[in-house]
Amino acid sequence: MNGQPQAVVVQDLVKRFGDFTAVDNISFEASRGEIFGFLGPNGAGKSTTIRILCGLLHPTSGKALVAGVDVAREPERVRQNIGYMSQKFSLYNDLKVIENLRFFAGMYGVNQADAAERIAWAIDMAGLTGREHLLTGTLAAGWKQRLALGCAVLHRPPIVFLDEPTSGVDPISRRLFWELIHRMADEGVTVFVTTHYMDEAEYCNRLVLIDRGRIVASGSPLELKLKSMEGELLLVECDQVGKALEALQEAPGVTDAAIFGHALHLVVPDAERAIPEVRNYLGERGITVSRIEQIRPTLEDVFVSLTSLKGRREKEQA
Amino acid sequence: MLGRLRQMLIKEFLHVIRDKRARFFLFAPPVIQTLVFGYAATLEIKHVPIAIVDYDNSQVSRDLVSRFQASRYFEVRRLSDRREIPELIDRNEATMALQINSGFARDLGKGETAHLQVVVDASNSNSALVGLGYVNQVAQGFAREYRLKTLARQAPALAGGLPEIVVERRPWYNPDMSSQWFFVPGVIGNLVLVIVVTLTAFAVVREREIGTLEQIMVTPIRRVEFILGKTIPFFLIGLLDTALISAAGTLWFHVPLNGSFLVLGAGTVFFILCMLGVGLFISTVSATQQQAMVTSFFFIMPAVIFSGFGSPISSMPEILQHLTYLNPLRYYEVVLRSVYLKGGGFGLLWPQMAAMAAIALVMLTVSVLRFQKSLE
Repeated sequence: MNGQPQAVVVQDLVKRFGDFTAVDNISFEASRGEIFGFLGPNGAGKSTTIRILCGLLHPTSGKALVAGVDVAREPERVRQNIGYMSQKFSLYNDLKVIENLRFFAGMYGVNQADAAERIAWAIDMAGLTGREHLLTGTLAAGWKQRLALGCAVLHRPPIVFLDEPTSGVDPISRRLFWELIHRMADEGVTVFVTTHYMDEAEYCNRLVLIDRGRIVASGSPLELKLKSMEGELLLVECDQVGKALEALQEAPGVTDAAIFGHALHLVVPDAERAIPEVRNYLGERGITVSRIEQIRPTLEDVFVSLTSLKGRREKEQA
Repeated sequence: MLGRLRQMLIKEFLHVIRDKRARFFLFAPPVIQTLVFGYAATLEIKHVPIAIVDYDNSQVSRDLVSRFQASRYFEVRRLSDRREIPELIDRNEATMALQINSGFARDLGKGETAHLQVVVDASNSNSALVGLGYVNQVAQGFAREYRLKTLARQAPALAGGLPEIVVERRPWYNPDMSSQWFFVPGVIGNLVLVIVVTLTAFAVVREREIGTLEQIMVTPIRRVEFILGKTIPFFLIGLLDTALISAAGTLWFHVPLNGSFLVLGAGTVFFILCMLGVGLFISTVSATQQQAMVTSFFFIMPAVIFSGFGSPISSMPEILQHLTYLNPLRYYEVVLRSVYLKGGGFGLLWPQMAAMAAIALVMLTVSVLRFQKSLE
């Protein structure tokens, strides 16, 4: 790590494609052995940032250091130190499991003796023992995903970039995958992961929320929950949810209202005072409230309140 | 370095072996095209369907008609009414029609000029031209003999001493003037061009499309390792296809290989290098396989047409003739036909070799420079 405590340092990073600014002046740092979550809706600039950090795209301006090396200047030195898994789990479907592993071991220049051991490790880790000679294209998504991770870390990189690693994978496989990520982090590997699943964000040590190329919040999951929301959060269960939402958005004393599953989440300045008021307000409009209580915000609430998702959800509702 | 290159090569060969389309592409086009060009494609025009209306119906005119019937160039159909001609030509049952007017024999007998009318379907201008030539040949031959006979009757003393020119044909290198001998060596160039360019372009673009290219680019692989890994397989495949078609040409079509394998091999190597450069270049300007296909097509069509494979370069407009100097296939076709039929060696063919080497160098350099380990 060149004596550098920080695995990833990003300063004033900007990336433009023509007129479109994909990454708009962002700065953050990720420490060694940390699970660093990069959150945001689709098109927020997550993949662009990760591609810059892997040396696949050149930053328009600003600086990105990975393992202490300037990515824009010495991409090849960075590549020795990183593993990268792109959104599509890019493996060769027409090659067998073992052939994919041998190929990537070769690409990373893992020496012969070490390669056998690492390949065996990756097969075990992915749960593919006995399936080494299957064509990769025939594997289910969860296996492919773990195999892709195995291929990306055969050379024991100290920093791993995972771009939406769990998209299109069933919940059990997602859980297994996050266990693998935690195991790697325990061994001192820095894991830089992008996701738009809020439940996954809870697994991260540190989060950066990004929206339309800008950082809107950062901190640990708990910090974010506490700091990023002004006011308190109410859960409201009632009939005619759509009508209730419409009414509450214009109600005095309600800062914000959004659909959450089958219920509504309200942001109010003072929960205790608001509970009877909301009940009455809805009652006057013929809506029966079955449950109303103060709850602790989840990351999804934070996310909705901080990003453009909020506007989008309201539109969908309308 | 070698470990990485070895892994690239293993992977590329596995792709080719496992991909049905690639396997098909390797062996089907050589077989089909060799057969097509060996049997069907011919520049000779034979059995021209000709309709003949003889309004004269004399001894002389019947004699003329029988000459057409005897010629292997014509399939004669006798008509009694010239009004049948247009429909026959419209239905492609005749491409030519000959009308002998009444008074044909009488005019000749009086020593006057006799007229024959020939209608020709010139929608295919080339075969029309050739057909007219054949008709002319038959008519002139007939006229000459008629004149000699008349002369022999009227002034036997003169007839013996009449000057004549006889053309003795000596077709070098292809004594039977066989189209097969011309086309089979030429088709090697076409096939190597199509196969090497498309396979190379697709091999890179496919990886870009499925995302594995991005995965490879984050590994420490060097540009030269990647490019060699992508080109060596298709280099070998190009050589294999050349060997395949050469073998078919020699064993099946009996086209003689008069020159040396070494010269043929050297020319082939230079040409394949050119095509690898073109394929790589196409891959650097195409984001999807569809784009690569369209771009390849834009290269392949003119490259074949302006190569001298089918129609001679010397009959093209001058400006296009100059442009053909940029076309590597132009040189390779010269090498192929020269080595096969004329037994040409390095002493004769070095300018073509040098031209191909220069084009290969430029194309490969440009493509390698354009190929960056980044997504931009």
